[in-house]
Amino acid sequence: MSTANQASAAKSQRWPLTKGRSKRVLPGFGLSLGISLFFISLVLLLPLTGLVIEVSAMSLSEFWFVITDPRVVASYKVTALAALAASLFNGAFGLLLAWVLVRYEFPGKRLIDAVVDLPFALPTAVAGITLATLFAANGWYGQFLTKLGIEVAFTPVGIVVAMVFTSLPFVVRTVQPVLEELAPEDEEAAVSLGASDAHVFRRVIFPALWPALVTGVALSFTRSLGEFGAVIFIAGNMPYISEVTSLMIFIRLQEYDYAAASAIASVILLASLVLLFAITVWQARYLKRLEGR
Amino acid sequence: MSITVDGIKKRFGKFQALNNVSLDIPEGKLTALLGPSGSGKTTLLRIIAGLESADSGQISFSGRDVTGLHVRDRNIGFVFQHYALFRHMTVAQNIAFGLDSLPRKQRPAKAGIQKRVSELLEMIQLPHLAQRYPAQLSGGQKQRVALARSIATQPKILLLDEPFGALDAKVRKDLRRWLRNLHDEFHFTSIFVTHDQEEALELSDQVVVMSQGRVEQVNEPIELYARPESRFVFDFLGQVNVISGQVKQGSLNQGNAWVTVPGVQHKGDAQLYLRPHEVRLATAPVAHANLPLRIEAVSLIGSEVRVELRPEGWQSEGSNNIWEVGISHAEFNSQRPTRGDLRYAVPEVGHLFTGNDAQPATVNWAEAELAPRVRLIS
Repeated sequence: MSTANQASAAKSQRWPLTKGRSKRVLPGFGLSLGISLFFISLVLLLPLTGLVIEVSAMSLSEFWFVITDPRVVASYKVTALAALAASLFNGAFGLLLAWVLVRYEFPGKRLIDAVVDLPFALPTAVAGITLATLFAANGWYGQFLTKLGIEVAFTPVGIVVAMVFTSLPFVVRTVQPVLEELAPEDEEAAVSLGASDAHVFRRVIFPALWPALVTGVALSFTRSLGEFGAVIFIAGNMPYISEVTSLMIFIRLQEYDYAAASAIASVILLASLVLLFAITVWQARYLKRLEGR
Repeated sequence: MSITVDGIKKRFGKFQALNNVSLDIPEGKLTALLGPSGSGKTTLLRIIAGLESADSGQISFSGRDVTGLHVRDRNIGFVFQHYALFRHMTVAQNIAFGLDSLPRKQRPAKAGIQKRVSELLEMIQLPHLAQRYPAQLSGGQKQRVALARSIATQPKILLLDEPFGALDAKVRKDLRRWLRNLHDEFHFTSIFVTHDQEEALELSDQVVVMSQGRVEQVNEPIELYARPESRFVFDFLGQVNVISGQVKQGSLNQGNAWVTVPGVQHKGDAQLYLRPHEVRLATAPVAHANLPLRIEAVSLIGSEVRVELRPEGWQSEGSNNIWEVGISHAEFNSQRPTRGDLRYAVPEVGHLFTGNDAQPATVNWAEAELAPRVRLIS
């Protein structure tokens, strides 16, 4: 065989897919990837493209004018701060919940494990109405809180409560599997070296957990940025004080101003995308080190 | 520090892991806990470490009762089979962990910790890997780091749970030697768990053989190998050839096979245990034994030639009815035994278990023979 032939043979072996002679052991790669990409395009990318097209009908100054409207800017602040507060709270509480569910055996554990997913299953509007009723000045919780001088319903605090409720499962469900996989030997090794419980948590357990925790908090944050159903019922929706950005989009839609609605939506979309992308990149780098590549 | 284990019992659900175990581990010695899986050896080690608590019984270090003491206060070094290195820390940070964990008053200054870490890195011959992460190390390197980490705080007691179990044969051998040297240099009281009898006999000063949650026998390796006190210990410490039968008129009979058992008063059921090196092979029966066997396989690997034989006209016990005899390469070259040949086993030293009597009687045919004979005892 001539060297040229050998080279081309080697080349075709290296790229078996291009020659249609797949050498993969696992079957179905082409078909499954094709269907997945098609479906992602259909339900995710196409609507997003529609959004971009809608926005591109506007001039840059029009776009800037819409997204920097003072009332809209105030809603960004309210939304971002409330989402931040909610996701940080969920970070702490979700970690605690995951810890309890993984580390200890107690009656009713399965039940609590199932209840964690309830916010996913419940229509958010139902959650919003329920929370509003509970926290209203004469509600079950509200009557006590009012006595203490704390107002929750129809204030930004209410927004936080609604966001906490709807995005809690994200933290629990991302941290839980990592905690389960944590080798008990690592902790035993640390304790046998004389470390205190706090030291073991800080130096051994937490470093193993926190990539998952950050992901959970980020997911919780982005979910809260777009939360609508649960929030509007409890927020009170006072301009400049307790209006969230998704409500601003809804208002623009009611005014049949589709371009403006799309413009504001694109801001939220961009913020979420940038955050998720940044987290993925950071986490990949962190995990790379642990896996020794 | 010496370790005393007194009447330890431990039960996991319905499984009795340890049944009234008492032991004395002398100071400065390297002791092996040897046994098959499920014999309770790891549980015992973990109870000594304080990683597990016993249902009843007492553990003392140099006479001080530590039964109620937390692991972190027992000041022991513990090495795990799968290393248990902290994977988000560098090698140096891993080794420094014990020192970093000391209460502020006892903790050396940063420079002191660094100095100690580099000493330890030097000792395990890995100073060039200080800034690597565990995932970038080989198994043998990981285990050395784990060892360095466990002795960083200078514990008096070192406990190792199957420390070489996850390593391949060559690395295991190197690490064994290295651990022996380390032990001799620092004079810890060390206990290591293993299911590998060769490892236990080669490495330790004292072997504790365990089975089903009990201690079967405690002795020095040579003594243990030469004088097993029970059938279990005999079986567990390497290959053994067994013939069981009836003792009548000074010989053990089964079918057409027989062996004289000089000096044995017993009559009735008995089993004769023979190690592969306690048997010779001859082409004809001798005066004191008629044990015909047919060669099944000949294996030339190692310093000895291993011959596997199947009893001809009688039955062996255990080991798939196969006898194993070791012969030298010189013998192999002169006799050329091949598969299918008939041979006669000639026992030289044997161990006779009679009835339920646990202790075997040693039978020495070479000494019993009348003809003067020079024996080399190595």
